Amino acid sequence: MAKISSVKVDSKIPEGPLAEKWTNYKAHQKLVNPANKRKLDIIVVGTGLAGASGAASLGAMGFNVLNFCIQDSPRRAHSIAAQGGINAAKNYQNDGDSVYRLFYDTIKGGDYRAREANVHRLAEVSGAIIDQCVAQCVPFAREYGGLLANRSFGGAQVSRTFYARGQTGQQLLLGAYSALNYQVSQGTVKVFTRYEMLDLVIIDGRARGIIARNLVTGKVERFAAHAVVIATGGYGNAYFLSTNAMGSNGSAALQCYRKGAYFANPCYAQIHPTCIPVHGDKQSKLTLMSESLRNDGRIWVPKKLEDAKALQQGKKHPNDIPDEDRDFYLERRYPAFGNLVPRDVASRAAKERCDKGFGVNNTGLAVFLDFKYAIQRLGEDVVRQRYGNLFDMYEEIADTNPYKEPMMIFPAIHYTMGGIWVDYELQTSIPGLFAIGEANFSDHGANRLGASALMQGLADGYFVLPYTIQNYLADQIQVPRFSTDAPEFVAAEKAVNDKIAKLMAIKGTRSVDSIHKELGLVMWDNVGMARTKESLENALKEIDRVEKIFWSDLRIPGEADTLNIELEKALRLLDFIEIGRLMAYDALNREESCGGHFREEHQTEEGEAKRDDENFSYVACWKYTGEGQEPELLKEDLNYQYIKVQQRNYKN
Amino acid sequence: MDKNISFTLKVWRQRGPKAKGAFETYQMKDIPGDTSFLEMLDILNEQLVNENKEPIAFDHDCREGICGMCSLYVNGHPHGPATGATTCQLYMRRFKDGDTITVEPWRSAGFPVIRDLMVDRTAFDKIQQAGGYVSINTGGMPDANAIPIGKDIAEEAMDAAACIGCGACVAACKNGSAMLFVSAKVSQFALLPQGKVEAKKRVKAMVAKMDELGFGNCTNTRACEAECPKCVSISNIARLNREFIKAKLKD
Amino acid sequence: MWLSKSSVGRKVVMSVSGAALVLFLLFHMSMNLVAIFSAEGYNMICEFLGANWYALVATAGLAALVVLHFVYAFILTMQNRKARGSQRYAVAERPKGVSWASQNMLVLGIIVILGMGLHLFNFWAKMQLPEVLHMMGMDVEPNVMFNVSNGSAYIVSTFSCPVYAALYVVWLVALWFHLTHGIWSAMQTLGVNNKVWFCRWKMIGNVVSTIIVLGFMAVVVAGYFGMGALGKVALDCGACC
Repeated sequence: MAKISSVKVDSKIPEGPLAEKWTNYKAHQKLVNPANKRKLDIIVVGTGLAGASGAASLGAMGFNVLNFCIQDSPRRAHSIAAQGGINAAKNYQNDGDSVYRLFYDTIKGGDYRAREANVHRLAEVSGAIIDQCVAQCVPFAREYGGLLANRSFGGAQVSRTFYARGQTGQQLLLGAYSALNYQVSQGTVKVFTRYEMLDLVIIDGRARGIIARNLVTGKVERFAAHAVVIATGGYGNAYFLSTNAMGSNGSAALQCYRKGAYFANPCYAQIHPTCIPVHGDKQSKLTLMSESLRNDGRIWVPKKLEDAKALQQGKKHPNDIPDEDRDFYLERRYPAFGNLVPRDVASRAAKERCDKGFGVNNTGLAVFLDFKYAIQRLGEDVVRQRYGNLFDMYEEIADTNPYKEPMMIFPAIHYTMGGIWVDYELQTSIPGLFAIGEANFSDHGANRLGASALMQGLADGYFVLPYTIQNYLADQIQVPRFSTDAPEFVAAEKAVNDKIAKLMAIKGTRSVDSIHKELGLVMWDNVGMARTKESLENALKEIDRVEKIFWSDLRIPGEADTLNIELEKALRLLDFIEIGRLMAYDALNREESCGGHFREEHQTEEGEAKRDDENFSYVACWKYTGEGQEPELLKEDLNYQYIKVQQRNYKN
Repeated sequence: MDKNISFTLKVWRQRGPKAKGAFETYQMKDIPGDTSFLEMLDILNEQLVNENKEPIAFDHDCREGICGMCSLYVNGHPHGPATGATTCQLYMRRFKDGDTITVEPWRSAGFPVIRDLMVDRTAFDKIQQAGGYVSINTGGMPDANAIPIGKDIAEEAMDAAACIGCGACVAACKNGSAMLFVSAKVSQFALLPQGKVEAKKRVKAMVAKMDELGFGNCTNTRACEAECPKCVSISNIARLNREFIKAKLKD
Repeated sequence: MWLSKSSVGRKVVMSVSGAALVLFLLFHMSMNLVAIFSAEGYNMICEFLGANWYALVATAGLAALVVLHFVYAFILTMQNRKARGSQRYAVAERPKGVSWASQNMLVLGIIVILGMGLHLFNFWAKMQLPEVLHMMGMDVEPNVMFNVSNGSAYIVSTFSCPVYAALYVVWLVALWFHLTHGIWSAMQTLGVNNKVWFCRWKMIGNVVSTIIVLGFMAVVVAGYFGMGALGKVALDCGACC
């Protein structure tokens, strides 16, 4: 078992009543004057919602920003794929929403494992995000009266989700990208596309730069700055199959971890209930169907086992099963929220049915999402207007028409709540290193509510980091620009080049993807939707085995000093192996079930997650102790002063 | 159920921007119909790595049709023969057993080849940086509901904003024109009140940058619209023209 | 100057000059139709449009428009070929919704220009040009001078020859293709188009180009078969080929 440190991690939450903490913080924090801002360089790695909005906002304030992304354009970051919407406590629908209610829903949705002060701040700034986006010409959906439309999402009883068809993430990211472009035109931000961060450079205990590889030329380059911001998203691709983009990776976060930043709650991975089921072993990724579908679609499996068998063998058509033989299990189990229960609950309920043999496709790993009832109620035109593009997408992939027969869905890895540990200021345990968006762990606890990732990414980038980073930089105005000739840079670059040379020298027989798939299978089978002590211990062993294969049998064709896609993937896989291990350690340590982390040993009689607040109401912060060493666990206690911690209830 | 198919694949291989490229032919056997086109290339790459050859470089990321990273000119069409879909949304069931499938990179002076099927589309970023924004900083914005916007206008702006910046319009155009891409962005901003404020400056700057980067002149062939994976309409090009002419006449 | 420096500006020049030429074609076609009904009436128009100052100014203007339209077409095509890059696609398919004409406007335009050359040789060189030369004090055969306004006779003499008639038909078909794309395209370039008007302009374009081409074609056919007023025109200028 991992070493547990007695040192408590301090999250630097400001004093005062919850609702005044952020206002007070801003009123008393240190600022940097405009003339000094120009002298300060900030590296932002990643150009998703958090990275682009952060880089643009810092640039707008006058800092000199260097912004990196692995894709060919900042606009490609995977935030773009978010479909459903963004939450904000605007109460435009007059349905009783408020900052407190958004705060409360988020904490409850996160199964009481998020930090109160951070979440309240998130709810406070949520409204300003919508204002900012509208000013950028983000074409949100509107009512005929010209005002903004809202829809409801899982885990909430109010309509607070703003959306732009099924492409909200795209529109918000393009908004942030346009803000970034404005700053590029003003000369405050410089964007480096097709660059991948491979190491963090630390000088005198502070983050002072990065080593990045130019993915086109293969050249390893050094970049210095007064502060480094990591906005590189989550690590869901450790499972190989996930809804993440092919390039999404956890390497930047892991480099920070290796340099001393704590990695918090790695075991909290969100499994999204509405994805298109796996169809074969050649599949490269899983496609998400927006959670918004659960507004009007009804989820069911057959009541009778023989019907399920017939469906699995293709002997029966779903439309042949009469309503009375259909088990709308979410509506049955959770009458108050019905099909709109939070994602973790919906995913586990689907797994429960499939485990009992009620799965409906040839693998027995799928449930139905049926729009027959919505079409009866609203007419096909309304359904087409609301979900047309999603239905088209489904038909293209699954080759069946969702207007005529139910969709088949199954849970898939979607988002990681865990990430680099940050304090209230979004600063990691390394001074000068900040983490924002999905890359940090802060706001979603053990489970994220739908439409909250966009909110958090933009909140961090537009409205939180630009303030809190100044509190750090105010002390740095006397520090001159760094030379990348400093010995720390030379050493870091050499380490990266050595690692690359070592990988190139393996000259085995296995492709990166074949090993990655093996890792993914280990993760899904052992650290997936339901975990046990045995499965997790097995995972640690299996990960060691995969790592051995990696180091002994990996083959990377081509050269390192040019474009080499296999090398890029190999470097990422190496880090996924380490992340997989961290996830298993964390899951093993957390002897309770909460949110996206479900330990079979810890469930209620009805099969619901059973938390252990007495022993596990803390953030698990993992500290790197060296290559091949077990990490050390530090704890940040979670104190709930404004919310009564209780068992989550979506039944009544 | 989807059947397995076998076919001949002709893929453009090119070491670098200056290098001379050529087609290489690969025989693909028993590919399931529910494999996506990019997954089929993954299978081929896996084979190439197993033979210790360099895999084919191609751009891809989200694989759900929204990031705009995937390109590929398949059998004479950008993003292949399907309409309203990107290459990553193209499934092998669209092809027949025994077909010959030709895969080429986007070909346009504005998009030089980096390697194999991968092209450099930074020109699009440069056009956006020339004016594809509202000149505002962060914070202090009026309430989001302060300016009502008609549903039809918002929808039309959304139609234009659906552009994923993939470059299929340029690849499809016999003139290598980027008008559909530029007009989509100009339209989105010109339609909405928040963007109208600097509409004149924006359209002039973006067209000037587009011309400077060597994209061709639009001759309204409509190939862009027909091949656009997001079905962006050429009515946006008319709007760009209108905005541009108005702006120039006001000078 | 934005009309030459910007891509949209260059296209505006194409559109405006093209639209003006369409108007001229409509006028010319209506004028020609008169010949089917009344040879005298047609000849009166020919006389009216002889070497008078307004006709000459209009002719010069027309010539300028044609040159402008043609020169810009070449410049645009050269630029477009360059923008396309040196490497061509191995497989290229015309997508649905793309008209053949739209992708071959230059070729069609060249056919139109060649046809125009023929037309100038057949008619203008015998009608307005001699008058101009005569006014400038040059020697012109009296026979020619006498016939400058006898347009009907030239129509009959030209189109009674099957080779000329066939060449004119080819020319007019090319013109039709050129106009079906050109007319709506000009409106699109001038920005007076949207989703609703797109279909309308296409329809208007098709109708106008069809009217123009049918109108011209009617005269060719009437001339070839000697129908209407053209059947009664005496051939005193000698047969053609």
